[in-house]
Amino acid sequence: MNPAIELESVGKHFDDTIALQNIEASIYQGTLTGLVGPDGAGKTTLMRIMAALMKPTTGRASVAGFDVSAHMVAIHELIGYMPQRFGLYEDLSVKQNLDLYADLRGLTGRVRQETFARLLAFTKLEAFTRRLSGALSGGMKQKLGLACALMARPKVLLLDEPSVGVDPVSRQELWQMVQELTSEGMAVVWSTAYLDEAERCEDVLVLDHGQLLYTGPPKNLTQRLDGRSYLAVEIAGDRRRLLTAALDLDCVRDGVIQGAAVRLVLAEHAETEALEKLLLQYGAHLQAVAPRFEDAFIDMLGGGPGGYSEVAERMPPITDSRNIMVECRHLTKRFGDFTATDDVSFTVGKGEIFGLLGPNGAGKSTTFKMLCGLLKPSSGSAQVVGLDLRIAGADAKRQLGYMAQKFSLFGLMTVQQNLAFFSGVYGLKGRERQQRIREMVEVFELTPYLSQSPDVLPLGFKQRLALACALMHRPKVLFLDEPTSGVDPQTRREFWTHITGLVSKGVTIMVTTHFMDEAEYCDRVALVNQSQLIALDTPDALKASVAGPELENPTMEDAFIRLVEAQNARLAEDAA
Amino acid sequence: MNGRRLKAMIIKEGWQVLRDPSALLVAFILPPILLFFFSLGVNLDVKDVKLGLVLESDGPYARDLAAAFAGTPYLQVHPARNRKAFEHGLVNADVQVIAVIPKDFDERMNDPHRAVQIQVITNGSEPNSANFTAAYVQGTFSRWLAEASGPEGASPPLELQPRFWFNPELESRQVVVPGAIAIVMTIIGTLLTAMVIAREWERGTMEALMSTPATNAEIILSKLLPYFILGMCAISGCTLIATTLFGVPLRGDISTLLLVGAVFLFPALGQGMLISTLAPNQFVAAQIGVMSAFLPALLLSGFVFEIRSMPEPVQWITAIIPARYFVASLQTVFLAGDLWEDLIPNLLALFSLGTVLFSLTFFTSRRTLD
Repeated sequence: MNPAIELESVGKHFDDTIALQNIEASIYQGTLTGLVGPDGAGKTTLMRIMAALMKPTTGRASVAGFDVSAHMVAIHELIGYMPQRFGLYEDLSVKQNLDLYADLRGLTGRVRQETFARLLAFTKLEAFTRRLSGALSGGMKQKLGLACALMARPKVLLLDEPSVGVDPVSRQELWQMVQELTSEGMAVVWSTAYLDEAERCEDVLVLDHGQLLYTGPPKNLTQRLDGRSYLAVEIAGDRRRLLTAALDLDCVRDGVIQGAAVRLVLAEHAETEALEKLLLQYGAHLQAVAPRFEDAFIDMLGGGPGGYSEVAERMPPITDSRNIMVECRHLTKRFGDFTATDDVSFTVGKGEIFGLLGPNGAGKSTTFKMLCGLLKPSSGSAQVVGLDLRIAGADAKRQLGYMAQKFSLFGLMTVQQNLAFFSGVYGLKGRERQQRIREMVEVFELTPYLSQSPDVLPLGFKQRLALACALMHRPKVLFLDEPTSGVDPQTRREFWTHITGLVSKGVTIMVTTHFMDEAEYCDRVALVNQSQLIALDTPDALKASVAGPELENPTMEDAFIRLVEAQNARLAEDAA
Repeated sequence: MNGRRLKAMIIKEGWQVLRDPSALLVAFILPPILLFFFSLGVNLDVKDVKLGLVLESDGPYARDLAAAFAGTPYLQVHPARNRKAFEHGLVNADVQVIAVIPKDFDERMNDPHRAVQIQVITNGSEPNSANFTAAYVQGTFSRWLAEASGPEGASPPLELQPRFWFNPELESRQVVVPGAIAIVMTIIGTLLTAMVIAREWERGTMEALMSTPATNAEIILSKLLPYFILGMCAISGCTLIATTLFGVPLRGDISTLLLVGAVFLFPALGQGMLISTLAPNQFVAAQIGVMSAFLPALLLSGFVFEIRSMPEPVQWITAIIPARYFVASLQTVFLAGDLWEDLIPNLLALFSLGTVLFSLTFFTSRRTLD
């Protein structure tokens, strides 16, 4: 069988940086190929070369036998490409976008009608054809993007990080759609930083720093880790402290919190004496588990970061006699006749990590914004550190830190100026202000970047800076709104190292996320769907609640999808 | 070039125009506002010049001259005995010109061997009005002197009866408004397209578009038509305001005017389109658009400064300013009529500039993301 895409020692240089080096791979028809790698690994560059939007500097790339440097037009006729950013017109309706792409692809008459009907049914967008695409939820936008890319009836479909910012339910739907397409014989390339997705691909290309680290079926890579993945269970005491200590051991390559347990990956032929001693302190023991692709991935990139967080170490413990740091009662927000948050009540204790999960457009952002004082509730109350946000907005706000989605740093100011600005916003003055800024620069190692714009920082440093800006005034409660959306696993681990460190100092964390791994870090998770709070419990209890004979070991994602679908079915029944 | 793709993209662009208030704002709201500013702000007439008249002499001739000044419709006389009274006045612009009738005025009038003099003081920091006002005062004086010399001095052998063609009342507004329309349309035309391609890049829609078979020429042309229609609406609106509110005559045919406008939009939209392909984002595009359209149009089009009195190298530069040909053409159509021998060279120049700008746009627009 001739490969759909052939990459022969493909290299790409931009001025003095090397984006890709010596990539050698083949991608086949009827195969779903994952393009996996951390941020900045060169995934998008490789995608653009395959889409004939860039020419390789060295080597040769061909799609369906056409060279990408010479036959761009021919390639554009037979590929469907979905760029990383939503590439459709937000000020046009769903139908208008579809019409445009149908015309651009020269679809007419019967074929056009059939394609439209099929794609609308496929993407379940029939009910929304008149809606402006800018008003669609993240998941629906991606489906529309996919539909427009499919107008080409392509032989090769290139999807650049299609699942970023998409909730698990929509992600599963996208996934099913793509699998259906490959079974029809299409070659699909799906780039992602989500490793659970990579695991489900038939083939993967693992990229790091512009180099191809691995190519082949993911399970071949995962097999290398056989006998090295464990779960530390029945932990008496703080599982986060155990993780922090374990990550600093030489024999541990990687570790994450998984509900009440800690998942550990051991080094090859490791001396486990030190680890066993540590486990003994916590009364815990190891349970062998099947390795995941993520374990192998992190191992291949040289292991995860250590467990020590300097920033948390330097932070004085939170001295606050209150046990409840966040409390909302019958919290409701209406926009016109649409209720975005409907009668939500919960409390969050001091030093707790509290997760707010839900599909796109479920109302979790609205709830979140009311809690950190960015929106006024229509009724009900929200208290942070004992202060009512409606009355003592400014006082309450000084007690909390907020890290927005996509980091919200000022690109036109330097790193130093961003730090100075945020310290001023949070009311720091004089020597204290200078000292805190210095401290942040030291612990996050920002010195080499002080005079640069945050836009040009490596992603990991951008994240550190955003965290620094939210932490400078030593807040008691830290709000994180999708803090690691689109961030690779290593950078994400470093981030959580800091967060677990802060929690051990008594900082309370409120977090929204689409990453189910991240939900596992939470002490408790609130699941919001259709404006209502549908479940609130520990990650393990939520998983257990959907377990049954046909699903013995549900994942967090299974729990999420089942609970949301059950609620949707109930509401549909009520409506009928 | 594929007709269906082109049509689809034109329709798409049209929808975007309708949904995007900024394009409609630029096309329908901005032109009248700018037109009012330029037409009312640029007034080349001097009426009611405030004259500070210092009467150092009390003689009958002096008083007769003072009466002559007072009788002139252009002058508004503020009399005083002492020039000190106006020293600050000139600085504060309470008076624009000072005329001093000296102590020995009557003596000199009576002595045929001595020249009769008055002193005229103007504000040299505003040379234009200084010239105007000094000329008014001197003119009034000379006329009075000729009459006063009466029987002795021979009556002037011929009488001048000035006729001003095209603008008999010498109302500068009639010349200014057509010029202002040209300036306004230069800004509008450039601004309309300056942002469109930059917007596609900024919003990430260009990447998706580029992965389809759509060609460069189709993308550029599809952006031209909707904005051309908007531009024609703006020109019509400006014409309506000029003829009704400002009372400017339209001596040529309306179809000639629209033809001139249509030909002008070609280079104006082309200039915007070129900026759009080069600018990294909409903000920079809008800034470059306004600067590169407005300044040359204002300074080098002959709207404010006459091209013939510019230094020769600057005159050559004006040859590549589309507004120059548009100002001349509009003044012709409004004030003179359909003078094709005047219009055709201008239209050809506009068309050539447009061709050059669109060719540049075509060759600079990128087909890859490199």
